[in-house]
Amino acid sequence: MILPVILWSDILIFTLIAFVGMFLIQLRKNPQARKRWSGVFESKVGMTSFIIILFYILISVLDSMHFREPLPELDNGDDQQKIAYSSDVKSVLDVVLSGISSNNEVTYSAPFSIYSFSKENITGDDGVVYRDFPRLQHGGSHLTSEDELAGDVVVSSIKALLFGALLAGVFVFAHMTWRKKAAVTNNALPWAVAYKTIFGLFMVTSWVLWLGQDYHILGTDKVGQDVVYQSVKSIRTGVLIGTLATLVTLPLAIVLGISAGYFKGWVDDVVQFIYTTLSSIPGILLIAASVLLIDVYIETNSEQFNLTILRSDFKFIALCAILGLTSWTTLCRLLRAETLKVSQLDYVQAAHAFGVSHTGVIRKHILPNVTHIILIAIVLDFSAFVLAEAVLSYIGVGVDPNMYSWGNMINAARSELSRDPSVWWSVVSAFILMFTLVLAANLFSDEVRNAFDPHTAKGN
Amino acid sequence: MTQTTIDQKNVEGEAVNQQPLLTVRDLRVSAGDLPLVKGISFDIYPGEIFALVGESGSGKSLTSLSIMRLLPDALTVKSGAINFKDTKIFSLTETQMNSVRGRKVAMIFQEPQTSLNPVQTIGKQLQEVLELHQHVAHGDIQDKLVSLLEEVGIPEPANRLKWYPHQLSGGQKQRVMIAMALACEPELLVADEPTTALDVTIQRQILDLLDNLRKTRNLSVLLITHDMGVVSEMADRVAVMQFGEILEQANCRDFFANPQHEYSKRLINSLPNTEEFIEGKEADAILTVEDLKIWFPKKQGLLQRIVGYTKAVDGVSFSVGRGKTLAIVGESGSGKTTSGKAILRLNPIHAGSIKFNGHELNGLSRKEFMPYRREIQVIFQDPYSSMNPRMSIREIIEEGMVSLEVEADPKKREEKMRMLMQRVGLLPEHLDRYPHEFSGGQRQRVAIARALAVDPKLIICDEPTSALDVSIRGQVLDLLNELQQETGVSLLFITHDLSIIPRLAHEVAVMKEGLIVEQGSAEQIMRNPQHEYTKTLLAAVPALEC
Repeated sequence: MILPVILWSDILIFTLIAFVGMFLIQLRKNPQARKRWSGVFESKVGMTSFIIILFYILISVLDSMHFREPLPELDNGDDQQKIAYSSDVKSVLDVVLSGISSNNEVTYSAPFSIYSFSKENITGDDGVVYRDFPRLQHGGSHLTSEDELAGDVVVSSIKALLFGALLAGVFVFAHMTWRKKAAVTNNALPWAVAYKTIFGLFMVTSWVLWLGQDYHILGTDKVGQDVVYQSVKSIRTGVLIGTLATLVTLPLAIVLGISAGYFKGWVDDVVQFIYTTLSSIPGILLIAASVLLIDVYIETNSEQFNLTILRSDFKFIALCAILGLTSWTTLCRLLRAETLKVSQLDYVQAAHAFGVSHTGVIRKHILPNVTHIILIAIVLDFSAFVLAEAVLSYIGVGVDPNMYSWGNMINAARSELSRDPSVWWSVVSAFILMFTLVLAANLFSDEVRNAFDPHTAKGN
Repeated sequence: MTQTTIDQKNVEGEAVNQQPLLTVRDLRVSAGDLPLVKGISFDIYPGEIFALVGESGSGKSLTSLSIMRLLPDALTVKSGAINFKDTKIFSLTETQMNSVRGRKVAMIFQEPQTSLNPVQTIGKQLQEVLELHQHVAHGDIQDKLVSLLEEVGIPEPANRLKWYPHQLSGGQKQRVMIAMALACEPELLVADEPTTALDVTIQRQILDLLDNLRKTRNLSVLLITHDMGVVSEMADRVAVMQFGEILEQANCRDFFANPQHEYSKRLINSLPNTEEFIEGKEADAILTVEDLKIWFPKKQGLLQRIVGYTKAVDGVSFSVGRGKTLAIVGESGSGKTTSGKAILRLNPIHAGSIKFNGHELNGLSRKEFMPYRREIQVIFQDPYSSMNPRMSIREIIEEGMVSLEVEADPKKREEKMRMLMQRVGLLPEHLDRYPHEFSGGQRQRVAIARALAVDPKLIICDEPTSALDVSIRGQVLDLLNELQQETGVSLLFITHDLSIIPRLAHEVAVMKEGLIVEQGSAEQIMRNPQHEYTKTLLAAVPALEC
């Protein structure tokens, strides 16, 4: 039996998904909001970027189901044997990537290489010691010589891509029949583009998993760990830091921003004072100081953190909170300005004339009319936080070094960039995955803005 | 369109010895596949004022933009020709067109507030126009600028050149805009609703200015407006537009004497009859306002010390009779809306007394005032901003009923809402729609239904008709009159439009700069005004007089 491990960040991610689900159910009741959202998905860009974001989220969800494997039973004659569990916490994603994650080498190796990146002393068959690039233990170990490499890669690639296309075909076909059966009427959605994206994702995934068994597609790092594995594991960190930090900013920004704009007077003065003060302190300084505080806390309470993963998870959540707490001011300012504007509109005055309470006015009139700003800010902040994590980890105040993250990968690889020939693959793979996520999020936010901003919305 | 040809013959009979300055032939403009201007033709002769009349959405502004070739990108000219003398406007390159704009055809816009650059002095902006289009020697520029401002009637022109737009009043800004348009001595001036955003007394001055300029400069003016009063005073010839077509084109005098088209007749009849007054007997006062002062504090410094007050309303007294209508008339900034909002407690009161049914309202707490919210309701000016765009009509009407606990039973509430919708001339099915699905007039009907939903004794109407087209305006006023007769509700009607007073009000109070200058029965004020300001106001209203 395996022992499930539930981390705080896992709880947060699943709660979040539950909330999004509830939001979707709520959405079905409101025809106007539904129309707007379908406007987002009617654009090809919106659809494609949404599917890509969804894929990232799927990976992070898989990576958020943690468990500990039991250790092999020790036969010491005791009948009431307690099962001991490995201190190594794994996730479902590790199982999926097991073929890739276990293929550790000794040190650096280039993408698709079958030789190590640095020379070692090798004892030949004749007993003579010479220096040469040793063969890798796993990368291309089934090949007898380098000549076979290109042929094998091409053949495997074709197989992998065909297999991926086949799976995607089945999936798409199932969806199409479901659509016909359920007689989905909204034909405006660009399903063709969605299907193309799905085909692409399936084929890439299948290719990575297939070739990852025999080769290091993106090479290995200093301690010989596969770079593909690292960058895929980093997805959870990136996605989570983006969403959690954004979620921390929201309540602060919304409550303070709207009350400042709505109640004016001394409330406004206080809120303005807080955010001008906060935004005049350098953000990095605040974050670095808080991260150090948390390190001290973990050290003094080390009995609570008996697993490394607990430690890094705590540090991670704290980082999300700190990032959120230091960056709500922009949204707060925007909301204050918009609320000032909206609360002067006649319909708010009319609500006052009808004796509607303050909470009623805010809930019914102000909040729905500033939602577009909040939505746009959520998506924009998301990508900003993903990038911020990379920068913070690079300067050493980011997530725990034990945790996989793009920032840590870049940080570890920076000194190797100056080597000749340079070790570029860590940086590049972190860059590609991060870039894809941020680009998709930004494109998606553009579409959301187009659909929700009253100035650009089509009709009304 | 046989009528049009007959009319044109008439017109050409008068102007037979002149070549038209501008000819528009079969102009068609559309947005994608949607035709907005459907093949219109007209001529403008030198030195005449040609009025293009129509309500919103009739395509009159698009026509003027086509002449300047300034149509927004989404719109395209499908066919037709516009000739300025011998120049074919549509076959010019953009560079050539730039020399036509300003130098031959100039334009002034509706909103002078947004047409001037707020961070440059007016002198600088005028100079820029001059330098672009006319080669005036550098030393002469200053004199030229001063004389331009003088011509459009700006006092102390040499000093005002250094002023920024925000230091000028709305009327003065419009004068500067006209000066800019005239700077390059154009032959045709396109004026797109030049006075709609201005008060009546200012409107009068601007219209006089345009008329003078036309005479002294032999300028042709294409006047675009929806106001039949302005047309009848200014225009030499009139064209009526509706849904992108010209329905009728005629000499101004003939047009008003004998309108051919049904729609033209409706437009002319929409001008209220100023001779008939509504009858009303004496009634006891439902609302009495005494010495109301609304001062907004000016705050300064770090601790926000109050250093003085802006006196928006400085001691006004009036009363509204039970089942009667009191109209408060005044121009923008007179404090009329501020007073109305103060009665609803949407503005703080500095001093004074507001008595409703004998109960003092000033000084009540938010909770104590609650019962009176049912009694006093409001209808706002702008039907577009007075309803939350994200709520359905049902939610909008229901909101007040729920929060003021009128009809607690949902079934009865529903019944009442359906009844109200029918009463204001809408269908009960409309309850499930959203505000954006309605036209301005329909929205204003919803606003009336919303106010009536809580059975108020007094409704404060804050310019409820000024954002509406003329033909709708009458219908909404009639509806309010009918409702008053049926339910006996009292109305406090705030307006700047004197022409609707006879049709509506029993009593009138004229406000100026926070004070009531004259007050009395509608007939007395309209027929025999005592105060100088009332007389100016009345004289400024454009009336039918071709």
